[in-house]
Amino acid sequence: MFRWMKALFFLMCLLMVGSFNAYAAEGELIGAGATFPQPLYSKMFDVYFQQNKIKINYQGIGSGGGINQLIKKTVDFGGTDAFMTEKELKDAGAPILHIPTCLGAVVVTYNLPGNPKLKLTPVIIADIFLGKIKKWNDLSIQSLNKDIKLPDLAITVVRRADGSGTTYIFSEYLTKVSAEWKEKIGTGKSLNWPEGFIGQKGNPGVAGYVKQTLGAVGYVELLYALQNKMAFASVKNKAGNFIEPTPKSVSNAAKVKIPDDTNVSLTDTSAKDGYPISSFTWLIFYKEQNYDGRSIKRAESLARLLMWMVTDGQKYVEPLQYSPLPKGASEAAQKIIKAMTYNGKPILN
Amino acid sequence: MTKSDRSEKRFINILLASGLSIIALLLAVFLTLTIASMPSIKTFGLAFFMSRDWDPSLEKFGALPFLYGTLITSTIALVISIPFSIAISIFLGEYFKDGVVSNFLRSSTEVLAGIPSVIYGLWGLFLLMPVTRYIQTAIGATPYGVGIFTASVMLAIMIIPFSASIGREVISLIPTDLKEAAYSLGATRFEVIKNIIIPYARSGIIAGILLAFGRAIGETMAVTMLIGNSNFLPKSIFSPANTMASVIANEFAESTGISAASLIYIGLVLFLVTMLVNIIGTYVIKKIGLESSKEVT
Repeated sequence: MFRWMKALFFLMCLLMVGSFNAYAAEGELIGAGATFPQPLYSKMFDVYFQQNKIKINYQGIGSGGGINQLIKKTVDFGGTDAFMTEKELKDAGAPILHIPTCLGAVVVTYNLPGNPKLKLTPVIIADIFLGKIKKWNDLSIQSLNKDIKLPDLAITVVRRADGSGTTYIFSEYLTKVSAEWKEKIGTGKSLNWPEGFIGQKGNPGVAGYVKQTLGAVGYVELLYALQNKMAFASVKNKAGNFIEPTPKSVSNAAKVKIPDDTNVSLTDTSAKDGYPISSFTWLIFYKEQNYDGRSIKRAESLARLLMWMVTDGQKYVEPLQYSPLPKGASEAAQKIIKAMTYNGKPILN
Repeated sequence: MTKSDRSEKRFINILLASGLSIIALLLAVFLTLTIASMPSIKTFGLAFFMSRDWDPSLEKFGALPFLYGTLITSTIALVISIPFSIAISIFLGEYFKDGVVSNFLRSSTEVLAGIPSVIYGLWGLFLLMPVTRYIQTAIGATPYGVGIFTASVMLAIMIIPFSASIGREVISLIPTDLKEAAYSLGATRFEVIKNIIIPYARSGIIAGILLAFGRAIGETMAVTMLIGNSNFLPKSIFSPANTMASVIANEFAESTGISAASLIYIGLVLFLVTMLVNIIGTYVIKKIGLESSKEVT
């Protein structure tokens, strides 16, 4: 009996040691963060492993988690859907770099008889999600969509119940285009929504409720709407064009002047054929790679991986229905990767 | 000291250590929750429970809608579940103690208790939601489909197996001589149930109901999927609302700073409320247990 318990104790110790093995062996990189690009990263890292025999382990734990893990230095790189705030950058202790890897977009999806293709203006979207437009045959929507006979049906608004990057991008857009939205609700991962809206968890929750409810309207990621063949609206952009959200039109949203640190908000983009509710998703890492006793080899393999992701790796973006970086954004990212240093010396030349 | 003495002592020590570690665990949970929620406790104090605001962008937090939502859904669920769970426990504990039908029914209730709550939630979305929407359309309420009513019915279905299986257990433990004595005095079966079984098993039945109430309070996944997650005080039984467990599950992953502390504060309250329900439960069981044994003997 006693010997048996000893064996059990030994086994438990072994298991614990196994799970503490956070910093993995040389030749294996670790990342964590945003869940939105995770399917794409899995594909990219798989291909990269086959070509270069470097294993990369990425865990989708959310953007907030990705930033925290990088600052705690438990990962080589993090993933985030929102550019780090000034406070977060200050907490990091040393300069952190961002590179965009692809783009995502948020679409307004709905359930109407026959699922027609609607056109919506920023003001209409804001008014619907402020609870001000209550019926589908409201004059403002009907006069914009003359070729569709809209039903006399109440609008049921569905929103994300969980804190999410999708809500952040959507509310950032509405804050830019509607003064009333800015004053009453503002921008954030979770918001103080008007009364009477239904909250559902995750993209599947919102999409599921919309599909089951005639007259419902909600917002989901473009990728999710495409994969589930949902109806979504074309939105009027800053240049005055109605743009249907597609991987292409989302990429076009990034055809603007990209600042050196790529800290640019693409919502309400000025690009003339860009879909206006688009955003980059970023990878983040420390500029000076010699910290916590990291080897130069590790720093090099990270820099090479990042370089591959924004250049050759981009060809895996579109087949998965994500939106690839336009040329300008890719060039900006390459310049940032070249600024990575080890003991103050550039890692890649 | 002989060998058996030593192993005896070792055995007692192991028992003691396990017992103490449970208390330590309880204290550790309480302390962790209190420390992590300190920023929120300092900022909002007890007014946290009176305030209806939940505004992460302005960092103003109040838990009244969630506290209210949790208590109202659990109470309605309890009221719906009581007649069913008592009926099932009498049926299985007295009328059909064994046999194929009884075994089948008993294992069915046990299987119901073991189904993961996310599956209840999915089932609710596909079946309960359209039914509720039909009822709402019929009586002229806004046809949300989700809300307090839907979540409460789902909770009731989820907790019936718990109270029913404890009730059945207690009822089948009633000494046969008591029942036979009543029959020999000419009592009908209903009279036996009314005058012997119910009073004798009362504490057990109530214990089961309280256990079920505790489960309803803490239930998260199925409720999140069916309650509509609206952070306002509900206006009617069909309104969307939110509960303490559900708001934590939804918002915690992406929250930081004071909003994370406020969610943990809600967690602390949830912890205390469940503990209170348990303490009241133990007290009630003790009290009724004493009375009923007096009544029957």
